Amino acid sequence: MLDQTVKPLVRVRDLKMHFPIHAGLLRRRVGEVKAVDGVSFDVMEGETLGLVGESGCGKSTCGRALLRLYDITSGDITIDGHNIATMSQNKLRPLRPTMQMVFQDPQASLNPRMTVEAIIREPLDEHTSLSAEEKRDKVAALMDAVGLNRKFAKRYPHAFSGGQRQRIGIARALALNPKFIVCDEPIAALDVSIQAQVVNLLEDLQEQFGLTYLFISHDLSMVRHIATRVAVMYLGKIAELAPREALYRDPLHPYTKALLSAVPEPDPDLARSTERVILKGDVPSPSNPPKGCNFCTRCPAVMDICKQIDPEYRQVQPGRFVACHLFNETTTTAG
Amino acid sequence: MTDLPQPAVAVVPVPAKVRNQWWDVWAQFRSHKGAVFGLGFLIFITLFVTIGPWLWTVEPGKLDIRNKDVRPIYQVLFDSNANVSWNHPMGTDNLGRDIMANIMQGGRISLAVGWTAMVLAVFIGTLVGVLAGYFRKADGLLMRFTDLVLALPLLPLLLVMMLLFRDPLRASFGPENGIFILIVVGIGITSWMQTARIVRGDVMALKEREFVLAARSIGTPSRRIITRHLLPNVLSPIMVSATLGLATAIITESALSFLGLGFPSDFPTWGKILFDSVDRMTAFPERVIWPGLAISLTVLAVNYIGDGLRDALDPKIRGL
Repeated sequence: MLDQTVKPLVRVRDLKMHFPIHAGLLRRRVGEVKAVDGVSFDVMEGETLGLVGESGCGKSTCGRALLRLYDITSGDITIDGHNIATMSQNKLRPLRPTMQMVFQDPQASLNPRMTVEAIIREPLDEHTSLSAEEKRDKVAALMDAVGLNRKFAKRYPHAFSGGQRQRIGIARALALNPKFIVCDEPIAALDVSIQAQVVNLLEDLQEQFGLTYLFISHDLSMVRHIATRVAVMYLGKIAELAPREALYRDPLHPYTKALLSAVPEPDPDLARSTERVILKGDVPSPSNPPKGCNFCTRCPAVMDICKQIDPEYRQVQPGRFVACHLFNETTTTAG
Repeated sequence: MTDLPQPAVAVVPVPAKVRNQWWDVWAQFRSHKGAVFGLGFLIFITLFVTIGPWLWTVEPGKLDIRNKDVRPIYQVLFDSNANVSWNHPMGTDNLGRDIMANIMQGGRISLAVGWTAMVLAVFIGTLVGVLAGYFRKADGLLMRFTDLVLALPLLPLLLVMMLLFRDPLRASFGPENGIFILIVVGIGITSWMQTARIVRGDVMALKEREFVLAARSIGTPSRRIITRHLLPNVLSPIMVSATLGLATAIITESALSFLGLGFPSDFPTWGKILFDSVDRMTAFPERVIWPGLAISLTVLAVNYIGDGLRDALDPKIRGL
């Protein structure tokens, strides 16, 4: 995976997405919510990068900003060789087929007034000049690919269950043969039994079409199952990014340790014997992050330097990136 | 007993070809009784005013002073001495004009004014509402303009418009068409504001929904996001304001005619017949009842049709 010959399909450098806060009589700008504040990562071709973190840490915003659904504050985004960070929406349009998105809420992400066929056909209408007949065939083929009965093509989204709706959303994302799909918590709104089906479907499709995923989730076990590398976000920044096995076996950042210790352990003996790291307090407001390290207010291993200087996000072992003062050159040798 | 499940299986054949969705819309529409009655009445009244004058060839403006104040034909049931005539089944007015012919002629004008003004108002309202709701930059300007028009006293404004533009429009389009254009435009541009506000609110809520975001991630341009995703979803409030708008337009036209600033005096409309007859309402109630009934039943019918259409066009209610 960390083979240097595998080239990154997506390259994000110092991505920032700040939303202004307007208040007062004159609606003056009084501050900003730093939803994503300087995020850098690569997604290699054919891999699945898991993006985990707790609610409100900026995972979804990061995924949406990456596809330029928002006008980003600053940073660089390169997808398939094109720098799309500052491109106008019109120029971006021809590049849209390469990158697609699967949304979290399968109810809200389908237009209730359109039939399934019309929903899946929309990308084809926008980007191809196929005849009506060819489009119908393509829609039927896509419905087969995601495991939907093609007889349901003329039905409306409300007639489907959550899992089926998510399949419709996946079929729509696949319609233009994309290379890169951002899966924004695609399983969060589904039943556990359906979650497995959808995740397996995503894996099958990845194999079949050679897709690259950015898989956003707060479900650590599911990410462990599907991802090749995992990035952990906290308050708009990446705390740690590492290959899956390494991250789950030996988490470096204190936040990752706390997060992983919260995963329920099915073996009761093991569960009793392992010590859990329990964090105190709440996540600080992203409109007013603490000075120094974002995690310094809750970190069990906090040092003086953490409250002064924001730790640099850097590679500490081959393929492992951490933003933490514990792993500065001086402290790593000392500890 | 064992035979029972077999027919049940046979009854549900798998349709080889999916049926046209408009049949489902029609089926749902038909299940709304009020809407079906409304549609029936609207067709009836439309035929009455369009084809009626060909069958009932009495000239609506023809004065027949010898046959004035003829009562409607049913009056003979209560009063055997009543002045009735089969030549004038709905009676005549104080100048001997046939009321049925007047209702037909007046209905043509009232319905034409009502529909055109309503379409104009709904079009302007939807356009302003969608632009203000979708484009943040246009929002402030458009909505303040809407508030401005909303704050104007409408009747005086209409009266001033009539005084200012009546003669130039009459000169260029002829007396009837000139007034028609003036009244339709006048009513249209003074009654779009409610629609605009409702549509704006709904569009603002809708555009944050994920399916709009999904359309944007596909690369759908704004104009097609509006026509494909937003407009179909704001159809219900538009439909409601359209049906209410038709009623308001007919009534506003009546009010203008009453004030003497609508159509010329020899030009009947429902509102005008109604107001002309108010003076002698106690002696001749039928002269108020006929046009009043025509106005209220038309408005009611359109309201019910709007209600039925709204249900029929919503796939959730249609149960598909």
